[in-house]
This record gives sequence, structure tokens and C-alpha cells, in this order.
Amino acid sequence: MTLSRVLSGDLPRNRILTALLIAIVAGLALAPFVFPGAKALNVAAKICIFIVLVASFDLLLGYTGIVSFAHTMFFGIGAYGVAIALTRLGPSWGAVGAGIAAALALSLGLSLVIGLFSLRVKAIFYAMITLAVASAFQTLASQLSEITGGEDGLTFKVPELLSPGFSLAEQPFLGVSVDGKLISYYLLFAVTVALFLVMLRIVNSPFGRVLQAIRENDFRAEALGYRTVIYRTISNVLSAGFATLAGALLALWLRYNGPDTSLSFDIMIDILLMVVIGGMGTLYGAVIGASLFVIAQNYLQDLMKLASDAAAGIPLLPDLMHPDRWLLWLGILFVLSVYHFPAGIVGRLRGKK
Amino acid sequence: MSSAAATAPPADELPGVRLDRLPLLLLPALALAALPFIGSLSTWVTLTVAGLAMGMIIFIIASGLTLVFGLMDVLNFGHGVFIALGAYLAVSVLGAMTGFTASESLVLNLLAVLPAMLAAMAVAGAVGFAFERVIIRPVYGQHLKQIMITMGGMIVGEELIKVIWGPQTIPLPLPAAFRGSLLLGEAAVEKYRLIAVVIGLAVFAAMFWVLSRTKVGLLIRAGVQDREMVESLGYRIRRLFVGVFVAGSALAGLGGVMWGLYQQNVTPQMGAQVNVLIFIVIIIGGLGSVGGCFIGALLVGLLANYTGFLVPKVALFSNILLMVLVLLWRPQGIYPVAKR
Repeated sequence: MTLSRVLSGDLPRNRILTALLIAIVAGLALAPFVFPGAKALNVAAKICIFIVLVASFDLLLGYTGIVSFAHTMFFGIGAYGVAIALTRLGPSWGAVGAGIAAALALSLGLSLVIGLFSLRVKAIFYAMITLAVASAFQTLASQLSEITGGEDGLTFKVPELLSPGFSLAEQPFLGVSVDGKLISYYLLFAVTVALFLVMLRIVNSPFGRVLQAIRENDFRAEALGYRTVIYRTISNVLSAGFATLAGALLALWLRYNGPDTSLSFDIMIDILLMVVIGGMGTLYGAVIGASLFVIAQNYLQDLMKLASDAAAGIPLLPDLMHPDRWLLWLGILFVLSVYHFPAGIVGRLRGKK
Repeated sequence: MSSAAATAPPADELPGVRLDRLPLLLLPALALAALPFIGSLSTWVTLTVAGLAMGMIIFIIASGLTLVFGLMDVLNFGHGVFIALGAYLAVSVLGAMTGFTASESLVLNLLAVLPAMLAAMAVAGAVGFAFERVIIRPVYGQHLKQIMITMGGMIVGEELIKVIWGPQTIPLPLPAAFRGSLLLGEAAVEKYRLIAVVIGLAVFAAMFWVLSRTKVGLLIRAGVQDREMVESLGYRIRRLFVGVFVAGSALAGLGGVMWGLYQQNVTPQMGAQVNVLIFIVIIIGGLGSVGGCFIGALLVGLLANYTGFLVPKVALFSNILLMVLVLLWRPQGIYPVAKR
């Protein structure tokens, strides 16, 4: 079957999950037409970017069983690569390519070094080392303000085709004007789909099976003759590479990049939540987790505002329901899901059959 | 086994364990090495006291974490919450006692700060007890889940702090008598830093005494070395562990009060920020080692202050640099704990 080939033989294997995935893909594909408005398009674009980012993190956490807190570092490198190149070289496709190439080179090199140095040791050690390295990198990025724009970040122009002022057709198509924003969105969407399918291919290859074997029992995998350090390092490097590409997409979409948008530790926590709530060890979990989380991030607050207003007068409850406290509820959901359904939403659905 | 303490030889002639003195030399070596670069002796004294004070506070915070890890192989990424909790309790308690803190009298100031510290320790300890029950107990022995679940606990804790005290940064001024500096010869030494050094030394001494001179301490040290053996001798290491966890959380609360006063403001994110610092410290010290943690904390504190004075840009990375250097020298940290 062609569909099965495209999905690398890794079908959703559950009706509800299939329906959800189709709904998400269709929603994202038609977002500019079905959900009008700048906010909706932004949410859709963010979902796309986070699908790539979360899937790349899942490659590491869910498939290989490595906890890294440096994932936003690579995300940030990608975003800064594009941002710096476009600021310095002007808005051209060559600059975009150069930025992505430089960022990829830096990310791959850095992840290789970190991996070789610290993947030999236990998971906990790696988690702590990456936390320290990531925080140092964040400081570095905000200190090198001549290059990175410091805390203010960089605002830059993108190639003309993608800039909002550009217009391809005079007449709006199905009520939506065909401008640079629409083109960027579809570019983003296409790249997301392509990257996701590549990652799906990787995790369902023999290489991906070895990663899962390492996750389940690294000692046994080693005994079977697989050099686990090498596999772990490759997984680390691949995951860093995809995160870098996701960062590049973010920068192209926002036409801005700063420490808070791509490097901050909050984003790291968001990714962790998305992976776990969606489902570790399956890339479809990344799709579900990212979609759910980004939608909650943007719309749960409105809901909570209603609840908060409704609960006004009762002590503490309005504070708990305050729109800014949405992360509290997702945090609780996260803790509960680690306990009660460690395989996340996707694992839960697949387990039921 | 009548009593472990009775069968243990006197502490000063413990067989087989040679005290590794080399790391102890690191501290004076670092301090002396910095002297020629700084040039002036009085500045050096100021910086050294400041560094020691910072190191002592870090030690108070990190010691519980490293013991918890050593004893139960649990790495608590949520440790930072207790720090933030302690600092916020200090805000509340000291805020309620402005009459005492505004007074110039050291006694009245201490009467305000001591309850703040006790409250912070009590509440952080109690929350630690609940945290261990609810968050950590179900995931013993599963590292991956531990990391994630304690991280989740951290997120929830931080949000709850925002619910109770609000998300904004709150100033935490030092009590009046703690402000200003003393002149030791030419060198100006901030009073609060001296106080921090004194409290830090007291905590270290108390901890050292408990660990090396009491039966509980003996069991804890034995548990760090070989948990199963202690269990097979009939001791309930779980119960011991709960005690250590609560004590560690209480120390984090105390450290939070001191860190808050040191920074003179508190933010809900402070726990996550300090977390990075204390992870570096316990990695440098060797996971599970209290002595290593003490040396590591002081090294971090001293180096941060020296580099902050000499090359401010480097100061931001001095911790990482120190960690890399130490790990190149001893890959398991200053004092590796045997079984890991």
C-alpha cells in the first residue's frame, strides 16, 4: 500500500487515533481557509514547528531513552542561524541556506561533542550536564549582543516571496488573499510534513529498532553486538539536527528571534510536557501532544478566564483558575500521565484497540 | 547485630579508608592563585569572604540533594521548589515583622530572621514529606520517570507559588543590622556575608557531627555505600530515607531564606535558576558525597566571585568551566562514591 509506504509501515493502528490525526492534518492543511484570522494562522504555524521539534525530542527521549535538557539549545541555534544570516546578509534565499547550513554544522558538532563526552554515563548525569550546558549557552547568547541582539533579539526581513507585503495574485483565492504569509505557511507546512515523514522513516528503520532496544535494555543491546555509545550519539546528533531545522522554521515564520522565543528553559519544559502527554516512543504522540498543548496554550486561557470569573468570590479558586496559571493544570496533567498512562494519549488509544 | 555503633571502631582509626586530602588543598590553592591577579590584599579578603558566603549558602541547599541521591539513587529535579518556598516564607514572615527588621538592634533582627528560618525549614520539610510520598515514592528505581516526575513537581510547585504569592518579583530587604560592611583592616566585608559564613559553618558542623558521630549518620553513610547490606541487617532504609529527604528539603528551605536575603529579592523562577547551580556543585563533588559537595560549593562560590571581579564576562561561565576541569581530573567528581 502506498500510504503504508509513505508512513514507513507505522500506521496509527487505532480508529480514534486515525481520526484525530486526519483531523489535525486536515486542519493544518486548510488552516488559512477554515480558521480565518492572524491568531489562528499563528497557532497553526506554531503547531507545525512544535510537531517537528517534539518529534525530534521524542527520537531522543521516547525512542532512545535519553533525557536531554539541551534540546532548546539546538532549536535556538537553528533560529539564531537564520536570524543572524538574514540580518547580516540581507533577505535572500542564499542567506537562508547559509544560515541553516551554519546552524546545522554548529548543532551537529556540538551534539557530537556533548554526546561523546557524556553519553557513556548514566541518564541522570546526562540530564544534569545538558541542563548546565543549555543554561550556559543561553547566557552566552544574551551576552554576545553584537551578534545575537542580546535580550532584545533580532528582527529581520525574510526573502520577498515570504514577506507579508508580497502578493502573488490580485484576486483573493477562496476569500483568502494569496500573500507572503500564506506562502510561508504552506512552505512551513510542507517542510513539516517532509521532516516528519523522514523521522518516521528513521525510527522504523533497523537503526530505529536498535535505538528502541537500547531504550529497553542497553546492556542486552550491547551484548547483542551493538555499540550503544555510537547509536546513542547518532540519535543525539540526528535529534539535534531536526531541532535545528525546527528552529530555522520558527525564525522564518516569526521574522524575529530572541532568547525567550527559542532558547528559554520554559520551552524545554513545554516540549517535555508535549512529548509525555502525547505519548513517548511514538512520533504520532508528538503530533497529538504538540497540537493539544499549543491549542491549550492559546485557548485554554480564555476558558480559564471564564472559570475564574465564574468562581469570583470563592477564596483561592479564582487564583487557581487565573488564565496565567494554565501551566499549573498542564503540569498536574503531566504528573498524572507519567504515573497513570506513561505511554501518553497515543499509547492509551493504541492499547485499547 | 546488637548495635552498629558498638561494633564500629573509633572514628579516628577507621580501617581501610584513607582520607583523600588532595581536594582539600584545592580551596587554599584557588584562593592563593587568585591573589596575584587581584593585586590588592583588602580586595582579595572581601572577595574571598563573599565567595565563601556564597559557597556556604550553596552548600546548605545542595547537601540535602546529594545525600538523597546517594542514599536512594533519586535525583530530585524539584529540589529548587523548596528553595523558592523557603525564600517566599522569609518574605511573608519578615514582611509581618517589619517592626523587628527595621530596628537597628541585632537582637531584634535575629528575632525576626530566626522565626523566618524556622518557618521556612518546617514548611519546606513538611512539603518535602508530602512530595516524597506523592511524587517520588511511586517511581523508585526508574530514573527516566524520576527525572520527569520531579520536573513535573517543580512545574506544579512553581505555579502554586505564583498562585499564593503572585508571579512578580518581590524585594526581600536585609534586616537593618545586617546591612552595610565591617572593616577588617583595609578590607570591607559585608555583614550579611559573615553571617552567612557562620550559619553555613554551623550547618556543616552539625551535619558532619550527625553523619560521623551518631548512629543515624552511620546508617546513612552505610546506606550510601551499600543500601542492600544495610537493609539485610534489619534497618528500614526507606524510613531513614524519608528522614533524609525531609531534612534535605528543610535545609533547602533554610538555604532559600539565605539565598533570598543574599539576592535581596525573590522570584518564582529562582528555584529553577539555583537548580542549575546546585547540580553543577553536586556533580563536581561527586554524586552522593557530602564532603565533595562542601568543597564543590566553596570552589564555585570563590571562583564566581574572583572571576566576577577580574573578568565579569567569564564569571557567567565559571561554574561550567570549573565542572569541566574537575571532571577532566576526576570523571566521577571530587570524591567519587564507591559503588557508582
